Amino acid sequence: MATAAAHAGHDAHHDHKPSFFARWFLSTNHKDIGTLYLLFAFMAGIVGAFLSFGIRMEMEEPGLQYFSNPQTYNVFVTGHGLIMVFFMVMPALIGGFGNWFVPLMIGAPDMAFPRMNNISFWLTVAGFASLICSLFVEGAPGANGAGTGWTVYPPLSSSGHPGPAVDFAIFALHLAGAGSILGAINFITTILNMRAPGMTLHKMPLFAWAELVTAFLLLLSLPVLAGAITMLLTDRNFGTTFFDPAGGGDPILYQHLFWFFGHPEVYVMILPAFGIVSHIISTFSRKPVFGYLAMAYAMVAIGVVGFVVWAHHMYTVGLSLQTQSYFVFATMVIAVPTGVKIFSWIATMWGGSIRFTAAMHWAVGFIFLFTVGGVTGVVLANSAVDKYLHDTYYVVAHFHYVLSLGAVFIIFAGVYYWFPKMTGYVIPEWAGKLHFWLAFIGANVLFFPMHFLGLAGMPRRYADYPEAFAGWHKVATMGGHIFALGMVVFFIGVVLAFRSKTRAADNPWGEGATTLEWTLSSPPPFHQFETLPKIVDGPAH
Amino acid sequence: MRTTQAQHRSPWGLAALGALLVSSSSTLAAGLGQPEPWQMDRQVPVTAEAVDLNNFEHYLHWLSFGISLFVLALILVCIFKFSEKANPTPSKTTHNTAIEIAWTIIPVLILVAVAIPSFRTLRTQLSDPKADVMVKVIGHAWYWSYEYPAVGEQAGFTFDANLDDEKLPKLLQTDNEMVVPVGKIVKIQVTAGDVIHSWAMPAFGFKIDAMPGRLNQAWFRAEREGTYHGQCSELCGARHAYMPIVVRVVSEQAYAEWLTEAKTKYARLDDGSKLADAR
Repeated sequence: MATAAAHAGHDAHHDHKPSFFARWFLSTNHKDIGTLYLLFAFMAGIVGAFLSFGIRMEMEEPGLQYFSNPQTYNVFVTGHGLIMVFFMVMPALIGGFGNWFVPLMIGAPDMAFPRMNNISFWLTVAGFASLICSLFVEGAPGANGAGTGWTVYPPLSSSGHPGPAVDFAIFALHLAGAGSILGAINFITTILNMRAPGMTLHKMPLFAWAELVTAFLLLLSLPVLAGAITMLLTDRNFGTTFFDPAGGGDPILYQHLFWFFGHPEVYVMILPAFGIVSHIISTFSRKPVFGYLAMAYAMVAIGVVGFVVWAHHMYTVGLSLQTQSYFVFATMVIAVPTGVKIFSWIATMWGGSIRFTAAMHWAVGFIFLFTVGGVTGVVLANSAVDKYLHDTYYVVAHFHYVLSLGAVFIIFAGVYYWFPKMTGYVIPEWAGKLHFWLAFIGANVLFFPMHFLGLAGMPRRYADYPEAFAGWHKVATMGGHIFALGMVVFFIGVVLAFRSKTRAADNPWGEGATTLEWTLSSPPPFHQFETLPKIVDGPAH
Repeated sequence: MRTTQAQHRSPWGLAALGALLVSSSSTLAAGLGQPEPWQMDRQVPVTAEAVDLNNFEHYLHWLSFGISLFVLALILVCIFKFSEKANPTPSKTTHNTAIEIAWTIIPVLILVAVAIPSFRTLRTQLSDPKADVMVKVIGHAWYWSYEYPAVGEQAGFTFDANLDDEKLPKLLQTDNEMVVPVGKIVKIQVTAGDVIHSWAMPAFGFKIDAMPGRLNQAWFRAEREGTYHGQCSELCGARHAYMPIVVRVVSEQAYAEWLTEAKTKYARLDDGSKLADAR
């Protein structure tokens, strides 16, 4: 998007490289920290996936086959959700790709606060460690772990879980949340202050726009989560009764506070993915993104409106007609800027000269699958209909379509797109495409039947279910196996990349790749842009 | 409120209900009062409001299907017509004001077309008609209890409904059932004794959360006799999946007989009169 008189930075005047310990444990380099986040997200993702295999294996048939205590099943469900949200998707898209590519795309030598960047990473790791600890201490009487769902509603999470597991889970969220708030400060400062000369905000790549909006969402929503879980902590341990009606409190207060964070959180998970999609579609269509300004401001609109729709997660708690009506209206408004983005991506491809690389497969698959997930969201937005569907598998289907078939697809898209740049090696295209097809088929077979289960009345977070639901569950579990096979192909592809002698060019993708990272070597030097590039052109608009 | 009720006794509601019941008798259709294997649609609605919601939701799903198909079609055109082989020179178009306006305005119009029936059905759902029967529902970990309050001279009574795992279908049966008369407005006031639960009845088209310290109200008028099953719908601990809900809808005559039997069989609801007498 920007042609630049760029000097690829070189570290000729660096006498010493940092030692292994200094480089990887005391890093102040955005690329290394990005790598740390990606590796961490990957490992946490394996733990989260292991928990989901436990869920799917138990759900394959009615009756309890693997879990002797249904509470342990609830712990698996809770752990799966918390890990995938806080320790896989966010670290990958924000900590990983955000740290790696935002400074490169805006022509900056690093983030504004390189050392704070490092502490954000290690706080996230500490949070994950605390969550793992929670699995091994008592939660509800007679079982270990927090079996509350990722939403951690009291009174189940207070009087219902007297053991320390929920305290460890709360601590995990505090640590990860602090890491994200500091990271948000870092991104906002970097993007607003460190763009190369000539790069006005309206010339900035869309991925940087996405990370900027995401950072504001984190900055404003995470403190509310912190407040809510601190109140939960004091209710549990220090005799307060914020959420206990016996002391004048209200469980619904927790839900308002949690979802005031929780709804912007889901946009935090998808907006960076929107940014990546714009880059990939544009690169492989060899066309600039259609309607650049509309795309940037659609993301801003989604972020802003995302703050005022939270109670659509609470339609069954007993809110008034006026309140519910308002939230129905506001939630449906978000569909408009989202639709603008979907159509703009298609319009970017329209008239293009499309090369179907592995990364492009994932991005194009995303456009269709996110649309499917989005329309079920519009169905759920209608409170009248949601009264039937709330807390059923229909909701599980909806959010897995937009997350597993949305955000996760773009995590893989980003890997296949940027792996050559980050490592200098090349994942074979056939592996990326085979992985895509296995994931596409597997995830659809896994999650589409869940719409049927929800419509038929199957509630979520159930360790066991009536016989009638068995058929679709069996199908869904088969889809899970196919998706897992795709992950094996992914591993093989990465191993083959490192074992091959092929090295990646600075720009393996051709004239469609117009952002600044493609002007640097693959991998880039340890320090880049020590002389700032001068930006001449911006994205066509 | 009388007017609202009259509207829902209109021929359209009952005709829709009838049509649905006829169509649902085929295989792969919705279950009546409980799920059926391989079910792909809602359970059969047995209240007029649930029929309305069912129709609205079918409309939403057809709309969703259409939009998804439209997007898929556009993508397929791109894949085949604009691959690098089919189109070696990319265009440079990045704007088209007319189409940008169209794809903003048309979704807005579609959403308005969704919002109008949505608000109407929501208003009916949350209305407050005069009740013929009142039942207080209390969620516990892990069973439901029901209180039928005193009516005039007649004393009230209360009973618990625990999972009965001897009866089929498994996980859907309780030892005692909530019994209500057909064609009458039944209001439930729902609360909980410990953690949050949720009282769900797919055949009536809704669920309502049971929250400690709060009394949530909902109402239904079942148009068809039968036994209807639901399951707790808010995570409440280890046995969340093991506290089902059973509502048996019977004729007015049968209901009166059940009431008489229940007053002797179940625990009496103390309405405070004993204490007053003692003074």
